[in-house]
Amino acid sequence: MTAVHNARPLVQARNVHKSFDQLEVLKGIDLNVMPGEVVAILGPSGSGKSTLLRCINHLEAIHKGYIEVDGEQIGYRVRNNRLEKLSSSGIARQRRKIGMVFQQFNLYPHMTVLQNIIEAPVGVHKENRKDAIENARRLLDRVGLSEKTDSFPRQLSGGQQQRVAIARALAIKPKLMLFDEPTSALDPELVGEVLATMRDLASEGLTMIVVTHEISFAREAADRVVFMDGGHLIEMGKPEDVIGNPQHPRTQAFLSRFL
Amino acid sequence: MNETAVVKAQPSGGADFRDVATAHTPFRTGRLVLWVILALVVANFAWIVAHNENFGWPVVARYFFDPTVISGLYVSLGLTVIAMILGIVLGLAVAIARMSSDRLAKSFASLFIWFFRGTPLLVQLIFWYNMSTLFPQLSITIPFGPTLASWDTNSVITPMAAAIVGLALNEAAYMAEIIRGGLLSVDRGQTETAEAFGMTKARALWRIIIPQAMRSIVPPTGNQLISMIKATSLVSVIAMADLLYSVQSIYNRTFEIIPMLLVAVIWYLLITSILNVGQSYVEAYYGRSDRRNGEAAKPAAATDEASH
Repeated sequence: MTAVHNARPLVQARNVHKSFDQLEVLKGIDLNVMPGEVVAILGPSGSGKSTLLRCINHLEAIHKGYIEVDGEQIGYRVRNNRLEKLSSSGIARQRRKIGMVFQQFNLYPHMTVLQNIIEAPVGVHKENRKDAIENARRLLDRVGLSEKTDSFPRQLSGGQQQRVAIARALAIKPKLMLFDEPTSALDPELVGEVLATMRDLASEGLTMIVVTHEISFAREAADRVVFMDGGHLIEMGKPEDVIGNPQHPRTQAFLSRFL
Repeated sequence: MNETAVVKAQPSGGADFRDVATAHTPFRTGRLVLWVILALVVANFAWIVAHNENFGWPVVARYFFDPTVISGLYVSLGLTVIAMILGIVLGLAVAIARMSSDRLAKSFASLFIWFFRGTPLLVQLIFWYNMSTLFPQLSITIPFGPTLASWDTNSVITPMAAAIVGLALNEAAYMAEIIRGGLLSVDRGQTETAEAFGMTKARALWRIIIPQAMRSIVPPTGNQLISMIKATSLVSVIAMADLLYSVQSIYNRTFEIIPMLLVAVIWYLLITSILNVGQSYVEAYYGRSDRRNGEAAKPAAATDEASH
Protein backbone atom coordinates (compact mmCIF):
# COMPACT_ATOMS: atom_id res chain seq x y z
CA MET A 1 0.00 0.00 0.00
CA THR A 2 2.82 2.38 0.90
CA ALA A 3 3.63 4.73 -1.93
CA VAL A 4 7.17 4.64 -3.31
CA HIS A 5 9.03 7.87 -2.69
CA ASN A 6 12.61 8.89 -3.01
CA ALA A 7 12.52 11.02 0.12
CA ARG A 8 12.90 9.50 3.58
CA PRO A 9 9.66 9.33 5.59
CA LEU A 10 9.35 11.90 8.37
CA VAL A 11 7.47 9.42 10.52
CA GLN A 12 8.01 5.69 10.45
CA ALA A 13 6.04 3.34 12.65
CA ARG A 14 6.94 -0.36 12.50
CA ASN A 15 4.90 -3.15 14.06
CA VAL A 16 3.72 -0.89 16.88
CA HIS A 17 2.03 -2.65 19.79
CA LYS A 18 0.54 -0.95 22.81
CA SER A 19 -1.49 -2.31 25.71
CA PHE A 20 -3.20 -0.77 28.69
CA ASP A 21 -2.97 -3.46 31.35
CA GLN A 22 -4.59 -6.50 29.69
CA LEU A 23 -6.19 -4.57 26.86
CA GLU A 24 -4.20 -4.44 23.65
CA VAL A 25 -5.14 -1.23 21.81
CA LEU A 26 -2.55 -1.28 19.04
CA LYS A 27 -1.89 -4.65 17.45
CA GLY A 28 0.97 -4.11 15.05
CA ILE A 29 0.70 -0.81 13.21
CA ASP A 30 2.90 0.07 10.24
CA LEU A 31 2.72 3.61 8.95
CA ASN A 32 4.97 5.94 6.99
CA VAL A 33 4.35 9.65 6.70
CA MET A 34 6.32 11.58 4.09
CA PRO A 35 7.45 15.18 4.62
CA GLY A 36 4.66 17.56 3.64
CA GLU A 37 2.05 14.85 3.69
CA VAL A 38 -1.33 15.26 5.42
CA VAL A 39 -2.59 11.98 6.83
CA ALA A 40 -6.07 11.67 8.27
CA ILE A 41 -6.75 8.78 10.62
CA LEU A 42 -10.38 7.69 10.75
CA GLY A 43 -12.04 5.00 12.76
CA PRO A 44 -14.66 4.26 15.38
CA SER A 45 -13.94 5.27 18.97
CA GLY A 46 -11.80 2.72 20.73
CA SER A 47 -10.06 1.79 17.49
CA GLY A 48 -6.70 3.01 18.87
CA LYS A 49 -6.31 6.03 16.59
CA SER A 50 -5.74 8.56 19.38
CA THR A 51 -3.39 6.17 21.13
CA LEU A 52 -1.34 5.79 17.95
CA LEU A 53 -1.06 9.57 17.70
CA ARG A 54 0.00 9.88 21.32
CA CYS A 55 2.64 7.21 20.82
CA ILE A 56 4.25 9.27 18.06
CA ASN A 57 5.39 11.92 20.56
CA HIS A 58 5.80 9.39 23.35
CA LEU A 59 2.93 10.63 25.52
CA GLU A 60 2.29 6.90 25.60
CA ALA A 61 5.14 4.40 25.55
CA ILE A 62 4.82 1.53 23.09
CA HIS A 63 5.53 -2.06 24.10
CA LYS A 64 6.78 -3.52 20.87
CA GLY A 65 8.06 -2.28 17.54
CA TYR A 66 9.52 1.17 17.00
CA ILE A 67 8.61 4.69 16.00
CA GLU A 68 10.97 7.07 14.30
CA VAL A 69 10.43 10.78 13.72
CA ASP A 70 12.85 12.79 11.59
CA GLY A 71 15.46 10.03 11.77
CA GLU A 72 15.36 9.68 15.55
CA GLN A 73 13.81 6.77 17.37
CA ILE A 74 11.27 8.22 19.77
CA GLY A 75 11.92 7.50 23.44
CA TYR A 76 15.10 5.52 22.91
CA ARG A 77 18.67 5.79 21.78
CA VAL A 78 21.33 3.35 20.71
CA ARG A 79 24.44 3.24 22.84
CA ASN A 80 27.19 0.66 22.54
CA ASN A 81 25.01 -1.24 20.07
CA ARG A 82 22.24 -1.57 22.62
CA LEU A 83 18.92 0.15 22.75
CA GLU A 84 18.33 2.10 25.97
CA LYS A 85 15.44 4.19 27.25
CA LEU A 86 15.93 7.93 27.03
CA SER A 87 15.79 10.04 30.18
CA SER A 88 12.79 12.34 30.53
CA SER A 89 14.89 15.31 29.44
CA GLY A 90 16.04 13.36 26.38
CA ILE A 91 12.41 12.67 25.47
CA ALA A 92 11.57 16.32 26.08
CA ARG A 93 14.24 17.28 23.57
CA GLN A 94 12.78 14.93 20.92
CA ARG A 95 9.32 16.38 21.38
CA ARG A 96 10.45 19.90 20.60
CA LYS A 97 10.03 19.48 16.86
CA ILE A 98 6.54 18.01 17.16
CA GLY A 99 3.54 20.28 17.66
CA MET A 100 0.35 18.92 19.14
CA VAL A 101 -3.27 20.08 19.26
CA PHE A 102 -5.58 18.41 21.76
CA GLN A 103 -9.27 17.60 21.73
CA GLN A 104 -9.82 19.67 24.90
CA PHE A 105 -7.57 22.53 23.65
CA ASN A 106 -5.55 22.42 26.92
CA LEU A 107 -4.59 26.07 26.82
CA TYR A 108 -2.84 27.21 29.99
CA PRO A 109 -5.78 28.88 31.77
CA HIS A 110 -3.63 31.14 33.95
CA MET A 111 -1.91 32.75 30.99
CA THR A 112 -3.18 35.17 28.39
CA VAL A 113 -3.40 34.11 24.76
CA LEU A 114 -0.04 35.74 23.98
CA GLN A 115 1.65 34.14 27.00
CA ASN A 116 0.25 30.78 25.97
CA ILE A 117 1.84 31.08 22.56
CA ILE A 118 5.28 32.34 23.59
CA GLU A 119 5.68 29.99 26.59
CA ALA A 120 7.39 27.17 24.70
CA PRO A 121 9.35 29.31 22.18
CA VAL A 122 10.84 31.46 24.96
CA GLY A 123 11.03 28.94 27.78
CA VAL A 124 11.94 25.77 25.90
CA HIS A 125 13.41 26.84 22.57
CA LYS A 126 15.21 29.83 24.15
CA GLU A 127 13.98 32.16 21.47
CA ASN A 128 14.42 35.88 21.93
CA ARG A 129 11.32 37.17 23.71
CA LYS A 130 10.77 40.04 21.30
CA ASP A 131 10.96 37.79 18.25
CA ALA A 132 8.66 35.28 19.91
CA ILE A 133 6.04 37.96 20.59
CA GLU A 134 6.31 39.22 17.03
CA ASN A 135 5.91 35.70 15.70
CA ALA A 136 2.97 35.07 18.06
CA ARG A 137 1.18 38.15 16.76
CA ARG A 138 1.74 36.99 13.20
CA LEU A 139 0.31 33.56 14.03
CA LEU A 140 -2.68 35.06 15.83
CA ASP A 141 -3.33 37.18 12.79
CA ARG A 142 -3.18 34.07 10.65
CA VAL A 143 -5.78 32.22 12.74
CA GLY A 144 -7.88 35.39 12.77
CA LEU A 145 -7.58 36.25 16.44
CA SER A 146 -5.24 39.22 16.53
CA GLU A 147 -7.58 41.19 18.78
CA LYS A 148 -7.57 38.45 21.46
CA THR A 149 -3.89 38.78 22.35
CA ASP A 150 -4.48 39.76 25.98
CA SER A 151 -7.61 37.69 26.66
CA PHE A 152 -7.57 34.71 28.97
CA PRO A 153 -8.63 31.36 27.47
CA ARG A 154 -11.84 31.32 29.51
CA GLN A 155 -12.98 34.46 27.75
CA LEU A 156 -12.88 32.75 24.36
CA SER A 157 -15.31 30.42 22.65
CA GLY A 158 -14.27 26.82 22.05
CA GLY A 159 -13.45 27.49 18.41
CA GLN A 160 -11.32 30.48 19.31
CA GLN A 161 -9.51 28.48 21.99
CA GLN A 162 -8.71 25.73 19.53
CA ARG A 163 -7.38 28.25 16.99
CA VAL A 164 -5.14 29.69 19.72
CA ALA A 165 -4.00 26.14 20.49
CA ILE A 166 -3.09 25.70 16.83
CA ALA A 167 -1.17 28.97 16.85
CA ARG A 168 0.59 27.84 20.02
CA ALA A 169 1.67 24.59 18.40
CA LEU A 170 2.84 26.41 15.24
CA ALA A 171 4.90 28.83 17.34
CA ILE A 172 7.53 26.17 17.99
CA LYS A 173 8.01 25.84 14.21
CA PRO A 174 7.28 22.11 14.25
CA LYS A 175 8.39 19.65 11.60
CA LEU A 176 5.30 17.61 12.35
CA MET A 177 1.88 18.53 13.69
CA LEU A 178 -0.32 16.06 15.51
CA PHE A 179 -4.05 16.81 15.81
CA ASP A 180 -6.00 14.70 18.29
CA GLU A 181 -9.69 15.04 17.37
CA PRO A 182 -9.35 18.82 17.24
CA THR A 183 -13.02 19.50 16.54
CA SER A 184 -14.68 16.81 18.67
CA ALA A 185 -15.20 19.06 21.71
CA LEU A 186 -16.66 21.91 19.67
CA ASP A 187 -20.23 22.98 19.10
CA PRO A 188 -21.20 22.17 15.50
CA GLU A 189 -21.26 25.82 14.43
CA LEU A 190 -17.67 26.32 15.63
CA VAL A 191 -16.16 23.35 13.80
CA GLY A 192 -15.88 25.19 10.49
CA GLU A 193 -13.50 27.92 11.66
CA VAL A 194 -11.06 25.36 13.06
CA LEU A 195 -11.19 23.16 9.99
CA ALA A 196 -10.62 26.19 7.77
CA THR A 197 -7.46 26.99 9.71
CA MET A 198 -6.27 23.41 9.39
CA ARG A 199 -7.02 23.37 5.66
CA ASP A 200 -4.78 26.44 5.28
CA LEU A 201 -1.94 24.67 7.05
CA ALA A 202 -2.39 21.55 4.94
CA SER A 203 -2.16 23.56 1.74
CA GLU A 204 1.07 25.18 2.93
CA GLY A 205 2.92 21.91 3.05
CA LEU A 206 3.05 21.30 6.78
CA THR A 207 3.32 17.61 7.67
CA MET A 208 0.19 16.75 9.60
CA ILE A 209 -1.32 13.68 11.17
CA VAL A 210 -4.96 14.30 12.00
CA VAL A 211 -7.16 12.00 14.04
CA THR A 212 -10.66 13.12 13.18
CA HIS A 213 -14.30 12.29 12.72
CA GLU A 214 -14.67 14.95 10.04
CA ILE A 215 -15.03 12.84 6.91
CA SER A 216 -15.34 15.88 4.68
CA PHE A 217 -12.12 17.35 6.03
CA ALA A 218 -10.33 14.05 5.41
CA ARG A 219 -11.68 13.95 1.86
CA GLU A 220 -10.75 17.52 0.95
CA ALA A 221 -7.55 18.23 2.88
CA ALA A 222 -5.80 14.90 3.39
CA ASP A 223 -3.29 13.38 0.97
CA ARG A 224 -3.90 10.00 2.49
CA VAL A 225 -6.60 8.48 4.63
CA VAL A 226 -5.97 5.69 7.11
CA PHE A 227 -8.83 3.67 8.53
CA MET A 228 -8.30 1.95 11.86
CA ASP A 229 -10.46 -0.53 13.72
CA GLY A 230 -9.77 -2.76 16.74
CA GLY A 231 -6.11 -1.78 16.96
CA HIS A 232 -5.43 -2.66 13.33
CA LEU A 233 -4.74 -0.49 10.34
CA ILE A 234 -7.43 -1.78 8.04
CA GLU A 235 -7.37 0.37 4.98
CA MET A 236 -5.10 3.09 3.67
CA GLY A 237 -4.94 5.11 0.51
CA LYS A 238 -6.02 8.22 -1.34
CA PRO A 239 -9.13 9.86 0.16
CA GLU A 240 -11.16 9.26 -2.99
CA ASP A 241 -10.39 5.54 -2.74
CA VAL A 242 -10.79 4.94 1.00
CA ILE A 243 -13.75 7.27 1.46
CA GLY A 244 -15.21 7.17 -2.02
CA ASN A 245 -14.78 3.46 -2.66
CA PRO A 246 -13.93 1.58 0.57
CA GLN A 247 -12.86 -2.05 0.07
CA HIS A 248 -13.03 -3.42 3.59
CA PRO A 249 -16.49 -4.19 5.02
CA ARG A 250 -15.71 -2.45 8.32
CA THR A 251 -14.66 0.72 6.53
CA GLN A 252 -17.86 0.54 4.52
CA ALA A 253 -19.91 0.06 7.68
CA PHE A 254 -18.18 2.96 9.42
CA LEU A 255 -18.53 5.37 6.50
CA SER A 256 -22.14 4.45 5.82
CA ARG A 257 -23.04 6.10 9.13
CA PHE A 258 -21.81 9.45 7.82
CA LEU A 259 -23.73 9.41 4.56
CA MET B 1 -40.69 52.84 28.77
CA ASN B 2 -41.82 50.48 31.46
CA GLU B 3 -44.83 52.60 32.27
CA THR B 4 -46.17 52.60 28.76
CA ALA B 5 -45.76 48.88 28.62
CA VAL B 6 -47.67 48.46 31.86
CA VAL B 7 -50.46 50.76 30.73
CA LYS B 8 -50.79 48.95 27.46
CA ALA B 9 -50.98 45.64 29.20
CA GLN B 10 -53.66 46.68 31.69
CA PRO B 11 -56.69 45.77 29.55
CA SER B 12 -55.49 42.23 29.01
CA GLY B 13 -55.36 41.54 32.75
CA GLY B 14 -52.13 43.31 33.85
CA ALA B 15 -49.85 40.52 32.68
CA ASP B 16 -46.85 42.85 32.68
CA PHE B 17 -46.94 43.02 36.45
CA ARG B 18 -45.36 39.61 36.17
CA ASP B 19 -42.31 41.06 34.39
CA VAL B 20 -39.58 40.46 36.98
CA ALA B 21 -37.96 43.75 36.03
CA THR B 22 -40.73 45.53 37.96
CA ALA B 23 -40.32 43.39 41.09
CA HIS B 24 -39.19 44.80 44.44
CA THR B 25 -37.98 43.12 47.62
CA PRO B 26 -40.67 43.12 50.34
CA PHE B 27 -39.78 44.66 53.69
CA ARG B 28 -38.97 41.89 56.17
CA THR B 29 -40.06 43.04 59.64
CA GLY B 30 -39.01 39.84 61.41
CA ARG B 31 -35.49 40.19 60.12
CA LEU B 32 -35.19 43.76 61.33
CA VAL B 33 -36.43 42.75 64.80
CA LEU B 34 -33.87 39.97 64.92
CA TRP B 35 -31.11 42.39 63.96
CA VAL B 36 -32.14 44.86 66.66
CA ILE B 37 -32.25 42.16 69.35
CA LEU B 38 -28.85 40.81 68.32
CA ALA B 39 -27.33 44.29 68.26
CA LEU B 40 -28.69 44.97 71.76
CA VAL B 41 -27.28 41.71 73.14
CA VAL B 42 -23.85 42.35 71.58
CA ALA B 43 -23.76 45.97 72.77
CA ASN B 44 -24.82 44.97 76.26
CA PHE B 45 -22.17 42.25 76.41
CA ALA B 46 -19.51 44.69 75.21
CA TRP B 47 -20.64 47.22 77.84
CA ILE B 48 -20.44 44.59 80.60
CA VAL B 49 -16.97 43.46 79.52
CA ALA B 50 -15.75 47.02 79.22
CA HIS B 51 -16.98 47.96 82.70
CA ASN B 52 -15.93 44.77 84.45
CA GLU B 53 -12.95 45.78 86.59
CA ASN B 54 -11.69 42.19 86.71
CA PHE B 55 -10.66 42.52 83.04
CA GLY B 56 -8.26 45.26 84.07
CA TRP B 57 -8.48 47.32 80.88
CA PRO B 58 -6.21 50.07 82.21
CA VAL B 59 -3.54 47.40 82.78
CA VAL B 60 -4.11 46.07 79.27
CA ALA B 61 -3.61 49.57 77.88
CA ARG B 62 -0.50 50.16 80.00
CA TYR B 63 1.26 46.97 78.88
CA PHE B 64 0.01 46.80 75.30
CA PHE B 65 3.14 48.45 73.89
CA ASP B 66 5.45 47.39 76.71
CA PRO B 67 8.97 46.71 75.30
CA THR B 68 8.89 43.14 76.66
CA VAL B 69 5.59 42.47 74.92
CA ILE B 70 6.77 44.05 71.68
CA SER B 71 9.99 42.06 71.62
CA GLY B 72 7.96 38.92 72.31
CA LEU B 73 5.73 39.87 69.42
CA TYR B 74 8.77 40.17 67.14
CA VAL B 75 9.96 36.73 68.21
CA SER B 76 6.54 35.22 67.49
CA LEU B 77 6.30 36.90 64.10
CA GLY B 78 9.90 36.07 63.18
CA LEU B 79 9.45 32.44 64.14
CA THR B 80 6.21 32.25 62.18
CA VAL B 81 7.76 33.70 59.02
CA ILE B 82 10.93 31.60 59.11
CA ALA B 83 9.21 28.35 60.09
CA MET B 84 6.48 28.91 57.49
CA ILE B 85 8.93 29.63 54.65
CA LEU B 86 11.05 26.61 55.54
CA GLY B 87 7.89 24.54 55.96
CA ILE B 88 6.56 25.50 52.53
CA VAL B 89 9.87 24.91 50.73
CA LEU B 90 10.44 21.58 52.43
CA GLY B 91 6.76 20.68 52.07
CA LEU B 92 6.95 21.28 48.31
CA ALA B 93 9.96 18.98 48.08
CA VAL B 94 8.20 16.29 50.13
CA ALA B 95 5.01 16.64 48.07
CA ILE B 96 6.93 16.21 44.81
CA ALA B 97 8.83 13.27 46.25
CA ARG B 98 5.59 11.68 47.36
CA MET B 99 4.07 12.05 43.89
CA SER B 100 7.13 10.83 42.02
CA SER B 101 7.28 7.37 40.53
CA ASP B 102 10.57 6.76 42.33
CA ARG B 103 9.91 4.17 45.05
CA LEU B 104 12.69 5.46 47.34
CA ALA B 105 11.60 9.11 47.24
CA LYS B 106 7.98 8.11 47.66
CA SER B 107 8.49 5.97 50.74
CA PHE B 108 10.86 8.46 52.36
CA ALA B 109 8.27 11.22 51.91
CA SER B 110 5.50 9.04 53.31
CA LEU B 111 7.65 8.17 56.33
CA PHE B 112 8.40 11.85 56.94
CA ILE B 113 4.73 12.83 56.80
CA TRP B 114 3.70 9.84 58.90
CA PHE B 115 6.12 10.74 61.67
CA PHE B 116 5.73 14.50 61.87
CA ARG B 117 1.96 14.51 61.56
CA GLY B 118 1.60 11.59 63.91
CA THR B 119 3.29 13.08 66.96
CA PRO B 120 2.27 16.17 68.97
CA LEU B 121 4.12 19.35 68.08
CA LEU B 122 4.75 20.07 71.75
CA VAL B 123 6.54 16.74 72.15
CA GLN B 124 8.57 17.36 69.00
CA LEU B 125 9.67 20.75 70.32
CA ILE B 126 10.73 19.29 73.66
CA PHE B 127 12.67 16.55 71.85
CA TRP B 128 14.55 19.07 69.72
CA TYR B 129 15.23 21.19 72.78
CA ASN B 130 16.59 18.18 74.68
CA MET B 131 18.52 16.80 71.73
CA SER B 132 21.76 17.00 73.72
CA THR B 133 20.57 14.34 76.16
CA LEU B 134 20.05 11.95 73.24
CA PHE B 135 23.05 12.95 71.14
CA PRO B 136 25.64 14.96 73.10
CA GLN B 137 27.71 15.34 69.92
CA LEU B 138 26.56 16.06 66.39
CA SER B 139 28.96 14.81 63.75
CA ILE B 140 29.24 14.47 60.02
CA THR B 141 30.64 11.06 59.27
CA ILE B 142 30.83 8.57 56.47
CA PRO B 143 28.47 5.76 57.59
CA PHE B 144 30.55 3.32 59.65
CA GLY B 145 33.61 5.32 58.57
CA PRO B 146 35.69 8.25 59.80
CA THR B 147 34.23 11.45 61.33
CA LEU B 148 34.61 14.57 59.19
CA ALA B 149 33.33 17.23 61.60
CA SER B 150 31.77 17.31 65.04
CA TRP B 151 29.95 19.84 67.23
CA ASP B 152 28.66 20.02 70.76
CA THR B 153 24.88 19.60 70.45
CA ASN B 154 24.04 22.36 72.91
CA SER B 155 25.99 24.89 70.89
CA VAL B 156 24.08 23.98 67.69
CA ILE B 157 20.56 23.38 69.01
CA THR B 158 19.88 26.62 70.86
CA PRO B 159 16.27 27.23 71.97
CA MET B 160 15.90 29.33 68.79
CA ALA B 161 17.22 26.54 66.58
CA ALA B 162 15.07 23.95 68.34
CA ALA B 163 11.99 26.15 67.88
CA ILE B 164 12.68 26.78 64.17
CA VAL B 165 13.53 23.17 63.36
CA GLY B 166 10.60 21.82 65.35
CA LEU B 167 8.02 24.18 63.88
CA ALA B 168 9.39 23.96 60.32
CA LEU B 169 9.53 20.17 60.13
CA ASN B 170 6.05 19.82 61.57
CA GLU B 171 4.75 22.45 59.17
CA ALA B 172 6.47 20.77 56.23
CA ALA B 173 4.55 17.57 56.87
CA TYR B 174 1.20 19.38 56.73
CA MET B 175 2.18 21.64 53.82
CA ALA B 176 3.34 18.59 51.87
CA GLU B 177 -0.17 17.18 51.94
CA ILE B 178 -1.74 20.54 51.13
CA ILE B 179 0.60 21.08 48.19
CA ARG B 180 0.10 17.52 46.96
CA GLY B 181 -3.66 18.04 47.03
CA GLY B 182 -3.21 21.26 45.04
CA LEU B 183 -0.99 19.61 42.44
CA LEU B 184 -3.47 16.76 42.05
CA SER B 185 -6.30 19.23 41.50
CA VAL B 186 -4.76 20.49 38.24
CA ASP B 187 -6.18 18.89 35.10
CA ARG B 188 -3.99 16.00 33.94
CA GLY B 189 -4.13 17.43 30.41
CA GLN B 190 -2.04 20.39 31.52
CA THR B 191 0.92 18.20 32.48
CA GLU B 192 0.49 16.31 29.25
CA THR B 193 0.45 19.50 27.19
CA ALA B 194 3.56 20.83 28.92
CA GLU B 195 5.28 17.51 28.21
CA ALA B 196 4.14 17.47 24.59
CA PHE B 197 5.75 20.88 24.15
CA GLY B 198 9.06 19.49 25.31
CA MET B 199 9.16 21.12 28.73
CA THR B 200 11.28 19.45 31.37
CA LYS B 201 9.38 18.19 34.41
CA ALA B 202 10.77 20.99 36.57
CA ARG B 203 9.71 23.66 34.12
CA ALA B 204 6.24 22.18 33.65
CA LEU B 205 5.80 22.14 37.40
CA TRP B 206 7.05 25.66 37.91
CA ARG B 207 5.38 27.41 34.97
CA ILE B 208 2.22 25.40 34.35
CA ILE B 209 1.19 23.22 37.27
CA ILE B 210 2.08 25.19 40.40
CA PRO B 211 0.46 28.47 39.29
CA GLN B 212 -2.80 26.59 38.72
CA ALA B 213 -2.45 24.58 41.92
CA MET B 214 -2.06 27.81 43.91
CA ARG B 215 -5.80 28.39 43.79
CA SER B 216 -6.43 25.36 45.94
CA ILE B 217 -3.17 25.66 47.91
CA VAL B 218 -3.62 29.25 49.16
CA PRO B 219 -6.75 28.93 51.36
CA PRO B 220 -5.51 26.01 53.47
CA THR B 221 -2.06 27.61 53.62
CA GLY B 222 -3.66 30.72 55.11
CA ASN B 223 -5.18 28.41 57.66
CA GLN B 224 -1.77 26.91 58.36
CA LEU B 225 -0.19 30.33 58.74
CA ILE B 226 -2.75 31.33 61.35
CA SER B 227 -2.29 28.01 63.13
CA MET B 228 1.44 28.60 63.02
CA ILE B 229 1.19 31.98 64.73
CA LYS B 230 -0.67 30.36 67.56
CA ALA B 231 1.59 27.30 67.53
CA THR B 232 4.59 29.55 68.19
CA SER B 233 3.12 30.07 71.67
CA LEU B 234 4.16 26.46 72.36
CA VAL B 235 7.81 27.47 72.23
CA SER B 236 7.34 29.26 75.55
CA VAL B 237 7.85 25.81 77.14
CA ILE B 238 11.40 25.66 75.78
CA ALA B 239 12.23 29.11 77.16
CA MET B 240 11.84 31.03 73.91
CA ALA B 241 10.73 34.57 74.74
CA ASP B 242 7.76 34.72 72.36
CA LEU B 243 4.62 36.80 72.83
CA LEU B 244 2.98 34.41 75.29
CA TYR B 245 6.23 33.90 77.22
CA SER B 246 6.73 37.65 77.56
CA VAL B 247 3.25 38.33 78.96
CA GLN B 248 3.73 35.35 81.29
CA SER B 249 7.02 36.83 82.50
CA ILE B 250 5.17 40.06 83.29
CA TYR B 251 2.23 38.49 85.12
CA ASN B 252 4.56 36.24 87.09
CA ARG B 253 5.82 39.50 88.53
CA THR B 254 2.58 41.53 88.79
CA PHE B 255 -0.01 38.71 89.14
CA GLU B 256 -2.27 40.53 86.64
CA ILE B 257 -2.88 37.32 84.78
CA ILE B 258 -6.12 38.08 82.92
CA PRO B 259 -5.17 41.56 81.69
CA MET B 260 -1.79 40.31 80.44
CA LEU B 261 -3.37 37.38 78.65
CA LEU B 262 -5.79 39.86 77.08
CA VAL B 263 -2.78 41.79 75.76
CA ALA B 264 -1.57 38.61 74.06
CA VAL B 265 -5.06 37.70 72.81
CA ILE B 266 -5.58 41.11 71.22
CA TRP B 267 -2.18 40.98 69.53
CA TYR B 268 -2.88 37.48 68.16
CA LEU B 269 -6.27 38.66 66.87
CA LEU B 270 -4.73 41.75 65.26
CA ILE B 271 -2.11 39.71 63.42
CA THR B 272 -4.55 37.08 62.19
CA SER B 273 -6.93 39.81 60.99
CA ILE B 274 -4.16 41.39 58.94
CA LEU B 275 -3.28 37.98 57.52
CA ASN B 276 -6.90 37.38 56.51
CA VAL B 277 -6.85 40.56 54.45
CA GLY B 278 -3.54 39.54 52.90
CA GLN B 279 -4.94 36.12 52.03
CA SER B 280 -7.92 37.53 50.18
CA TYR B 281 -5.55 39.59 48.02
CA VAL B 282 -3.42 36.55 47.23
CA GLU B 283 -6.53 34.56 46.37
CA ALA B 284 -7.75 37.32 44.08
CA TYR B 285 -4.37 37.31 42.33
CA TYR B 286 -4.44 33.59 41.60
CA GLY B 287 -8.10 33.72 40.58
CA ARG B 288 -7.61 36.53 38.06
CA SER B 289 -7.83 34.35 34.97
CA ASP B 290 -11.19 33.15 36.22
CA ARG B 291 -12.98 36.46 36.01
CA ARG B 292 -14.49 36.48 32.59
CA ASN B 293 -13.93 40.17 32.05
CA GLY B 294 -10.58 40.56 33.74
CA GLU B 295 -8.78 43.90 33.51
CA ALA B 296 -6.75 42.58 30.60
CA ALA B 297 -9.79 41.77 28.50
CA LYS B 298 -11.31 44.34 26.25
CA PRO B 299 -15.03 44.91 26.61
CA ALA B 300 -15.35 43.67 23.04
CA ALA B 301 -14.56 40.16 24.25
CA ALA B 302 -17.95 39.75 25.89
CA THR B 303 -20.05 40.87 22.96
CA ASP B 304 -17.88 39.01 20.50
CA GLU B 305 -18.32 35.85 22.48
CA ALA B 306 -22.07 36.10 22.39
CA SER B 307 -22.01 36.25 18.62
CA HIS B 308 -20.09 33.00 18.33
